[in-house]
Amino acid sequence: MAGQSTSGHEHYYVPEQSKLAIFAAFGLFLSVYGAARVINHAHYHADEPSSAGFLLLAGLAVFIGTLFAWFRTTINENRAGMNSAQLKHSYVLGMQWFIFSEVMFFLAFFGALFYVRVLAGPWLASMGDKSMNHLIWEGFKFQWPLMQTPQQAVGLAKQYMANNGTFSGPHENLSFPGFSKMFHWLPLWNTIILLSSSFTVHLAHSGIKANNRGQLKFWLGVTVALGLSFVFLQYREYHEAFTELGLTLHSGIYGSTFFMLTGFHGFHVIMGATILLVQFLRATVAGHFSDADQFGFEAASWYWHFVDVVWVGLFLFVYIL
Amino acid sequence: MGEHHHGPAKGLTRWLYTTNHKDIGTLYLWFSFAMFILGGSFAMIIRAELFQPGLQLVHPEFFNQMTTMHGLVMVFGAIMPAFVGLANWMIPMMIGAPDMALPRMNNLSFWILPFAFAMLASTLFMQGGAPNFGWTFYAPLSTTYAPPSVTFFIFAIHIMGASSIMGSINIIATVVNLRAPGMTYMKMPLFVWTWFITAFLLVAVMPVLAGAVTMMLMDIHFGTSFFSAAGGGDPVLFQHVFWFFGHPEVYILILPGFGVVSQIIPTFARKPLFGYASMVYATASIAFLSFIVWAHHMYTVGLPVAGELFFMYATLLIAVPTGVKVFNWITTMFKGSMTFETPMLFSIAFVFLFTVGGLSGVMLAMAPVDFQYQDTYFVVAHFHYTMVAGAIFSLTAATYYWLPKWTGRMYSETMGKTHFWLSFFAFNLTFFPQHFVGLAGMPRRIPDYALQFADFNMVSSIGAFFYGSSQILFLFNVIRTIRSGRPITDPKVWEGAQGLEWTVATPAPYHTFTTPPEVK
Repeated sequence: MAGQSTSGHEHYYVPEQSKLAIFAAFGLFLSVYGAARVINHAHYHADEPSSAGFLLLAGLAVFIGTLFAWFRTTINENRAGMNSAQLKHSYVLGMQWFIFSEVMFFLAFFGALFYVRVLAGPWLASMGDKSMNHLIWEGFKFQWPLMQTPQQAVGLAKQYMANNGTFSGPHENLSFPGFSKMFHWLPLWNTIILLSSSFTVHLAHSGIKANNRGQLKFWLGVTVALGLSFVFLQYREYHEAFTELGLTLHSGIYGSTFFMLTGFHGFHVIMGATILLVQFLRATVAGHFSDADQFGFEAASWYWHFVDVVWVGLFLFVYIL
Repeated sequence: MGEHHHGPAKGLTRWLYTTNHKDIGTLYLWFSFAMFILGGSFAMIIRAELFQPGLQLVHPEFFNQMTTMHGLVMVFGAIMPAFVGLANWMIPMMIGAPDMALPRMNNLSFWILPFAFAMLASTLFMQGGAPNFGWTFYAPLSTTYAPPSVTFFIFAIHIMGASSIMGSINIIATVVNLRAPGMTYMKMPLFVWTWFITAFLLVAVMPVLAGAVTMMLMDIHFGTSFFSAAGGGDPVLFQHVFWFFGHPEVYILILPGFGVVSQIIPTFARKPLFGYASMVYATASIAFLSFIVWAHHMYTVGLPVAGELFFMYATLLIAVPTGVKVFNWITTMFKGSMTFETPMLFSIAFVFLFTVGGLSGVMLAMAPVDFQYQDTYFVVAHFHYTMVAGAIFSLTAATYYWLPKWTGRMYSETMGKTHFWLSFFAFNLTFFPQHFVGLAGMPRRIPDYALQFADFNMVSSIGAFFYGSSQILFLFNVIRTIRSGRPITDPKVWEGAQGLEWTVATPAPYHTFTTPPEVK
């Protein structure tokens, strides 16, 4: 079929058939089914042997393998010139609204954090409107970061509410330690690393725009390295939190919000760094991208900037304020 | 693979590997009908148990599983996928596009659903039973006191959400990028507009639902305390996060239905839609307001008075754009040359009955009186007037309206009208009495009730059995049409129909608008 139709419009490429989707759907299903089996097994039948872990791994293998084939297919189609400008714009829109949906995902956790810090926490300590809670949580004082949970305040033996776990606050928190100690404070270094990586990925972008492949490769490599350093420091911070500060998932709402927000962010950094690494390999090994067409790289860099912006929110609302 | 440029592939792999928007639309529609039957059979069990006071058929634990699964399957399995099916079939044909913008991802969006619902349905057979905490899965019922199957429920919600997000990104990309030359935004058919706005709602709130179930998963299995006051969290936090998703969600379920009746009423009134631009603005206003009214589901949970007032006034505001819509549909019919084919009957019933549901919504919106209505059958009556007479009636209308275009065959009008009158009568028989028992204080989600509610509940159950069985007639009519309906070839099908989808051949060819049409 001709690329140009008679009315002067470019042909919009619609693949006739594709096995990718059904394999991806099956892989996704097997992954989550396996994950649910693994989690339930650990919770309810931890002493029995289980094959659930195999299901999870098989599912992940199918899913990741299919995604690999999928991206290879789209890249090859684009390089074979099958994508009109209009089709390329569909990919742009797809990526933009995907990132928007990710923003909304983080908003749920930021919303939970704000709700607890501004409303629910003070109410639980009978401040403001809700003056009856001291009858249940006698002696509970609200502060942020929450170092003593309501359960600790009344004592586990005297807890009137249904007991759905043991929650004990950390000995120490990870908030801003003051200017004198701030250079020993990992979040500051992580902020510096991530903000500069946004800058370096921009330098890589300017490089390919100017058709300077050396600049692209160098700064893209630096960005990936910075991303991995961030992950390493985050690991160090978690290690310190668990072993030295007593800050775990069981530490009450401070630990819950802290680990879910930084954990999902860290997961997104790993994803983003992996995506950038793929772009780095495409640029160096496969020789992809030109000054006119570098959408795979651009989409990866948008994702990276998004991860960076989320971190700024985290740095402000989880660590500093 | 490249050999089949102009027709579908043969056999099962056609459906597994397809990238064609019409194939995928068909898959969505059949899947959602299967879920409609499944969710409907759960409803039949509920109504059979409630036929008389006392416990007779099922255990209370199983009754709770039925109310939960009925809601989940109908919302996520029947109504949402059915509208996505219509979007797949109609949006490309209505805006002159060759297909959806991202055809392979389109297929992935669909094929996630059968897996997700198989996983959800399998919880019925698990130890401890299926989820039993209501479709709104409030903590701590869904966390501390949940059956083990809740983990599978959580992951099913996760992948359904992924499917919805991909589906709506596809619709946004299609509408923004693939409109034919001259098809400006303000020339788009209303069905496209309402879906376009719905897609934004979906991209915005499905991730929040994912966040809610993730917090549940962490609370249940990994020791966090989002919804546990003992750790400094708050069970009410769950309700805030859930309804921040849930209120836009209920508009996700109805806005495309607004679009459907806005297509059908002008056709059979033989007049252009009255107030097109105001319809677009009203839809956008409703969508915007849906983000700032969520706590009207939570008046009795102990919100500060300022919160109650804010959410009450914001909710009452929604009556304004909704009123604009109802006014426009009625005015479109005013002095029109009306005929009453089956799609039109369902659409008129939609306008009439959805308005009833809207007005009971205004009652529920008022915080002081909601203290009486909260968690009663009045709420059940209200949302079934919007979900059944709203969403399901508009889906039924859409099926009759576009079925001849899809299949090239005419359905039986006699059977269609019989289906309509049975549905209309049975629907009101089922749900109208629930207003009364609700106002008199009968709580929802219980298998037994006080004796004074017996008569109305029996009426309600009889209506429900009628409504359920008359849908078999619908299924029969559709299958009969596909197999042996009267062939038609007129591209327009309906005398008064307007729009690009009526310019292509009947039945619609496998590929339409590979060259975009010129829209004047």
